[in-house]
Amino acid sequence: MHAMTRPQFHRLAETARKPLRLTIDGRSAEALEGDTLLTAILVNARRLNINQFDRTPRAGFCLMGACQDCWVRLEGGERLRACGSFAADGMRVITHGG
Amino acid sequence: MAAEGGGRIVVVGAGPAGICAAAALVYAGIRPVVIDEAPRGGGQIFRRPPDGFARPAEALYGLDAGAARQTHSAFDALLPRIDYRPNTLVWNIHARSVHVLEQAGGRDAIPYDSLLLATGAMDRVVPFPGWTLPGVYTLGGAQIALKYQGCAIGRRVVFVGSSPLLYLVAYQYARAGAEVAAVLDTAPFTVKLAALPSMLWGGATFAKGLYYLGWLKARRVPIVSGVTPLRAEGRDGVERLVWRAADGGERDTGCDGLAMGWGLKSESQLADLAEVPFAFHAGQRQWIPQADENGRTPVPGVYVCGDGAGIAGAEAAALAGERAALALLKDRGHAPDDARLTAIARKQARLRRFRRGLEIAFPFPEAMARNIPDDTLLCRCEAVTVGELRRWIGELDAGELNRAKAFSRVGMGRCQGRVCGPTAAEIVAGECDASLESVGRLRAQPPVKPIPLQNSPAA
Repeated sequence: MHAMTRPQFHRLAETARKPLRLTIDGRSAEALEGDTLLTAILVNARRLNINQFDRTPRAGFCLMGACQDCWVRLEGGERLRACGSFAADGMRVITHGG
Repeated sequence: MAAEGGGRIVVVGAGPAGICAAAALVYAGIRPVVIDEAPRGGGQIFRRPPDGFARPAEALYGLDAGAARQTHSAFDALLPRIDYRPNTLVWNIHARSVHVLEQAGGRDAIPYDSLLLATGAMDRVVPFPGWTLPGVYTLGGAQIALKYQGCAIGRRVVFVGSSPLLYLVAYQYARAGAEVAAVLDTAPFTVKLAALPSMLWGGATFAKGLYYLGWLKARRVPIVSGVTPLRAEGRDGVERLVWRAADGGERDTGCDGLAMGWGLKSESQLADLAEVPFAFHAGQRQWIPQADENGRTPVPGVYVCGDGAGIAGAEAAALAGERAALALLKDRGHAPDDARLTAIARKQARLRRFRRGLEIAFPFPEAMARNIPDDTLLCRCEAVTVGELRRWIGELDAGELNRAKAFSRVGMGRCQGRVCGPTAAEIVAGECDASLESVGRLRAQPPVKPIPLQNSPAA
C-alpha cells in the first residue's frame, strides 16, 4: 500500500491561499503557499520518512522542532526538518528513506 | 552601551518571557540581540501563522486572543529597537559566545556580556505501544497543526493524557470542525476536586478550563477520567486507541489522529551549556536551572526565565521575563525599579498557588510510566525499547541516567532525550527502587539540535 493512498492531515481552514506543486516520491501533489513541508506532505500522504532503525513509517510528532522525527530528504540529497521548513513550488521530496 | 557598564546583551527566545525581557531592556535604552528559532515572534503559545493566513486572533487563540494580540503588538513595536535574528538556532554556548546557525545556512558566534535564556518548553509524553505510528502527535503538536496551518491531525481524533492542554486542544479541534472521538484523562476525577482550593487562585485561567470542559460536554463529546492508554493500533497509521477504564474494563476508540501529553517540560539545554547548575524540582519531576527569584543564576551575567526555567505558564513567563531583565539591568548598574518589582512579585505569588493546583489536578502518571511493557519503543529516534533499557539497568547496574544512556543509547539520538528523557528517568528510578532525583539528569551536548555537516564548527 503506497503512503500516498490517504492523507494524514485535513484542512479545516485557510484554504484560500495560492496553490503550489511539489512531487512526493515522484508523484505530483498539490499544497498551498505557507504550508510547512510537513503539512504539504501530510495533506497528501501518511508518512514523512521511514525510521532507519526500526524501518517503520513516521509522520512527525511534536511539530515544534524538538523531537527531530520529521526530517525528509529532497531528491538532490538535502535534508530538511519538515515542521520548520516551508514548502516551495517544484520541491521534490522522498519519504521512503531514513 | 559601555556607558551603562557592560557590553552586549543577548536574549534567546521570543515567546512571552523573551519578548517581555526585551521590552524591559529597550525601555531602559538598550538594544539587545534577540535570537529565535521561529520565523515570527510569539513563542509556541502565541505562534503566529505565516503570511497569507487570514483567521483573526479570536479564531486562533480563543479566550487568549487578547493576550496574544498584546504580545504580538508589543513585539512588533520592539522590532526597530532590537537586533532581531529570527529563523536562527542557538546550537552551542561556549566561552561567553552563543553559536548560531541561520536557516539560510549562515553561521555566527555572538559574544555576550549578559545572556538571558527564555527557551520555553515542550510537551512531556509517556510512551505506550504504538505511539510512533503516523497520526500520533503531542497535544502541543496537534494545536500547532490547527493554529499555525489550519489543519487537523486526522478526521477523527482522540485526545489522551493529563494536562490543561488536553481540554483546550480538544475544544479548539471541535470548534474548528474536527470530530473529537474522545477526551481521555489519565487522572481520576477526584484529584480535580482536591486541586480546587489552589485552582481558584487561577481566576480567569481556571474559569477558561471549566468553560472548555462544559462546552465539550454540552456537545456530547465523550470525556472519561481515570483512563490508562494501553496501545495504539493500526497498519500504516493509527486506527484505534485501546484503553483501560477506571473500572478495569478494556475499551477501544476508533480514530485516525491521536494527541497525547502530560503537561510540559522545560527546554533547558542551553542553560546547561552555559554551565548553569541545576536543581531538582520535585513537584515538576524535572531538573531546572538554578536561579534566584529574579532569574539570576550562579553564573555571572546569565539569567533564565519563563517555562525554560521551570514550568509556570505564559502569564507567569511574561512576568518572569520582565523581572529577569530588571535584575540584569540592576546588575549592570541601572537604578532599580522597586515599585515595578513589587507589583510583579505580587502577581507571581498568585500564579504560583495556581500552578500548585495544576500540578495536583493534572498529575504525572507515575505507575503508567514505570510499568510500560518491555516491547514498547522508548527512544523514537533510534528505536530502543523499554525492555532494552531495563536489561542494561539490571545487568550493568546503570542506576544513573547518563550511564544508562551510554549503554542503551536512550537519549543519544537526534532529539538528545528531549522526548524519552522523562520516562527514561522514571524507568531507571523504578527499576532501581530509587528516588527520581537520585538517577540524575541527561547532560546536554552541543549541537543541541542536529545541524548539517557542512555547517559543523571548524573547531
